[in-house]
Amino acid sequence: MSEFLQMGGYAPYVWSAYGITLVTLVLNVWWIRRLHRRALDQARNAAEPGAGARLPKVRRIE
Amino acid sequence: MKLPRWFHMLGSPPHVYALAGRVSPWIGALGCTLIVVGVGWGLGFAPTDYVQSEVYRIIYIHPQTAYVSMQAYVLLAVAAGIGFIWRIKLAHAVAVSAAPIGASFTFCALVTGSIWGAPTWGTFWEWGDPRIMFELLLLFLFLGYMALRAAFDDRDKADRVSAILGVVGVVNVPIIHYSVIWWTTLHQGPSITGLDDPSIDSSMLWPFLLMMFGFMFFFFWLLLERLRAEIVVREQGARWLTDLMAGGKT
Repeated sequence: MSEFLQMGGYAPYVWSAYGITLVTLVLNVWWIRRLHRRALDQARNAAEPGAGARLPKVRRIE
Repeated sequence: MKLPRWFHMLGSPPHVYALAGRVSPWIGALGCTLIVVGVGWGLGFAPTDYVQSEVYRIIYIHPQTAYVSMQAYVLLAVAAGIGFIWRIKLAHAVAVSAAPIGASFTFCALVTGSIWGAPTWGTFWEWGDPRIMFELLLLFLFLGYMALRAAFDDRDKADRVSAILGVVGVVNVPIIHYSVIWWTTLHQGPSITGLDDPSIDSSMLWPFLLMMFGFMFFFFWLLLERLRAEIVVREQGARWLTDLMAGGKT
């Protein structure tokens, strides 16, 4: 296992290349999801002001 | 010539939004599966290269991200061209969606290439190398397309002006592709020179191709999801979108 991780002495190169690529793919997914959600929230707010999911929750004080 | 009905439906935002939503999970699952298998095979089972040792294993991500970055630009240019000529707004939406994803793949190609270059060429970056320079230009074309759009408040104007840049920039893609053949360069030649006589052994070719198709499907998954978001951005206030949200089907 440790031999695998060492990559014949090239570990910093191989793992950083794979790591940066993985992070870029994941960030793409996250960022696109966020854009989609925000656009839907905005559309919801425009159609029915105050109905957006992003509004803060307020607790009534008795 | 009478065009089939499904072709006309491709210009309809509600139809494309629903269609993309149905297709994209499958494409995403296929892309992720191919990448997981390809990474396992490429890192764990493919043999060590006798010249470059283990560092050669970057070959399972670098050419793939570079190839997808070029493919993303061709798609952007074709979509922008269709949008410009036939004034189809959804085509512009496709071009807009391809730009940031393409830029991120270009970034990956440049960074992984740079990391590969350090131990094999002895340098992270070589300003004189044609392929590096034209791939860098590709990154600037994606970013330039996005920056140009951001300069306009009016979306239709942004669509039309940015489409011109998008289409003109496509000449860069064949230049990247042939750069290692036209000029003397540090960059190694193509790994796939035709399937009858590939320049890499089949034990390395299989994970190479799995990763190639894996990244392609992953790109199309991202593109469809980004396109859905773009449709919602562009269709704010449209009746179909309001109805769809009221039905909880977004």
